[in-house]
Amino acid sequence: MTELVATTPGLYPLPDWAKDELSELKGHQKGDLIGGDEGPEIVDAYDRARGEVVDAQVDAGLDRVVEGQLRWDDMLAHPLTVHDNVETGGIVRYYDNNNFYRDPKVQGELTPSGDVAAELDAVDTDALQAVLPGPYSLADLATDEFYGDDAEFLDAVADFLAGEVDGFPSHETLFLLEPSLVENPPDDDTDERASAAIDRIAAATDADVVVHTYWGAIPEKTYAHLMDADVDAIGFDFVTDADASLYNINEYGTKAQIAMGLVDGGNTLIESPETIHDRVEWVEENAHTDFERAYLTSNTELFYLPVNRFEEKLAALGDAAALAEVDA
Amino acid sequence: MSENNRAQFRPDDHPNEHFLLTSIVGSYPKPKWLNRVSDLADDPDSKFTDEHLHEAHDDACRVIVDEHERTGLDTVSDGEMRRNEMVEFFADRIDGYEFNGPVKVWGHNYFDKPSVVDDVEYDESWLVDEFEFTHAAASKPVKVPITGPYTLASWSFNEAYDDDAELSYALADLVNEEIEALVAAGARYIQIDEPALATTPDDYAIVGECLDRIVAGVPDEVRIGLHVCYGDYSRIYPELLEYPIDEFDVELCNGDYEQIDVFTDPEFTTDLALGVVDVHTTEVESVEEIKENILEGFKVVPPERLTVSPDCGVKLLPRDVARQKIENMVTATREIEAELDAGEIDLGPEVSAD
Repeated sequence: MTELVATTPGLYPLPDWAKDELSELKGHQKGDLIGGDEGPEIVDAYDRARGEVVDAQVDAGLDRVVEGQLRWDDMLAHPLTVHDNVETGGIVRYYDNNNFYRDPKVQGELTPSGDVAAELDAVDTDALQAVLPGPYSLADLATDEFYGDDAEFLDAVADFLAGEVDGFPSHETLFLLEPSLVENPPDDDTDERASAAIDRIAAATDADVVVHTYWGAIPEKTYAHLMDADVDAIGFDFVTDADASLYNINEYGTKAQIAMGLVDGGNTLIESPETIHDRVEWVEENAHTDFERAYLTSNTELFYLPVNRFEEKLAALGDAAALAEVDA
Repeated sequence: MSENNRAQFRPDDHPNEHFLLTSIVGSYPKPKWLNRVSDLADDPDSKFTDEHLHEAHDDACRVIVDEHERTGLDTVSDGEMRRNEMVEFFADRIDGYEFNGPVKVWGHNYFDKPSVVDDVEYDESWLVDEFEFTHAAASKPVKVPITGPYTLASWSFNEAYDDDAELSYALADLVNEEIEALVAAGARYIQIDEPALATTPDDYAIVGECLDRIVAGVPDEVRIGLHVCYGDYSRIYPELLEYPIDEFDVELCNGDYEQIDVFTDPEFTTDLALGVVDVHTTEVESVEEIKENILEGFKVVPPERLTVSPDCGVKLLPRDVARQKIENMVTATREIEAELDAGEIDLGPEVSAD
């Protein structure tokens, strides 16, 4: 019997009052975005907003609680855009979305910053799930102006992220988000390094590590290398491409645990708990596998949604996991 | 589409033999007082009512039409004084849409991205009132910009249709219905805005199918333009030449015409509407600079197939900057026409007028 764990990949929408309050406090231009040195009023607004999204997860019955990454103005590029040795350049498109982030230009050594650890310290829960960009995606989103070599840069990003994890408070799970493995997959020489980079971060925590991928399925060769990484689960986007995800699982196997992206983080249509439950069964039947544990999650981050629909998606995930327990 | 439907926009007192049609792309800065009274109308404690706001919109429309006419533009608009945002405005008027709240675009910039929750249907007219008022207020022909169906679909959540293509086609049929109503009201120059195509150029065939639906039954004398901005045009060229349009409107000034060569091979067979002033810099281009920009257009089409416009809507500029840019644009165009009349401009062999 698979243990079902309801969770999300984080990066939540700000509550609407916080959208207003923080745009008043910070402003609308590039230079107004988060820099890691915000003053007390801004810190206070984020604290209140964080409290709200933590409560929302508890109310929804989620089994893991994320911090919400509300400060991540630059989405997955955030850990770099707040770094002292990174200059932020122009506004660039965030994957294939109508969203934009500041191009992080790395101009010095990527020493540990403690920025994400401080956010996690502020969360009061015993079911904490940390969220970070995967090293390949973070390197892909950034511009290297210091290391000068792709391999060296990827390793530096991995070491930087491992250093961040070192400072984390105790956590149950670490989600590493790796959409770039799908959107801009590594070439033949880089496949192995991308997987080794993940290992460096996984080694920095005792928690279960999930490498979550989305906006489709990763190419099979990249997937085969990813299976070599010493992580507890790989996450699949069954919303965008269920068949190709299943193909990877059946062709190359997967870990004893799995993360199933079953709820669409990019659409306001609400999946019912029954629909989510059916999708879990579809994966289990077609993968011919009893997983030790399955994380039920949205495929993508949730900041794409308006707040009401975001909250409904949380509730649907919580209810779906509960529904399965009743069935059992 | 007719080759001659631009002649109707030539003013009777046009000073030159050559005629380069001058136009705007759409939005214009709102007068500050209009923004203030819009806030007042939203405030439940204020005595300022929706009727007052309607009156303010009428006033603003007259002011901007007049401002456009004073710059000497051949075709004018109301600068979209009544519109808030290019998707929200239409979604608000189409059955099947609902709004759930703001979503992030970047940083603390948000938009009320609507959801399509049911079959989209045509209910009230979207733009006929706006057009009729502007038409009555103007002495020049009025251009009507409409957000295209592909953009309306792409920048919405789709809960109701199998995919965004199906939603786009359904919306294209509604745009066609609206254009029929606009034409019946007297509109002769319509521009379809499809900025979303720039971000997903592989979908050019979907936009083509949408345009086929949009122009179905529209008389030849109605000029149909397509505006696409801020993208890699080579990804949709030469495919866009298959589109049933009279004019393709491009933003190239912003990129210093680096992409102009894209349109020279194969031969550009529709009319070109060329952006000749940058809408993202407050520095006003001189008449001489703009004349150089207009000459870039002759690398692609002969003068009788060139329309001159700003890169995009100018609403983000301070109002006096927007006005000066357009004024200089019109002056530059008239000077180029006079120089063409005088045989002072060498067009080169590739753009002969045959």
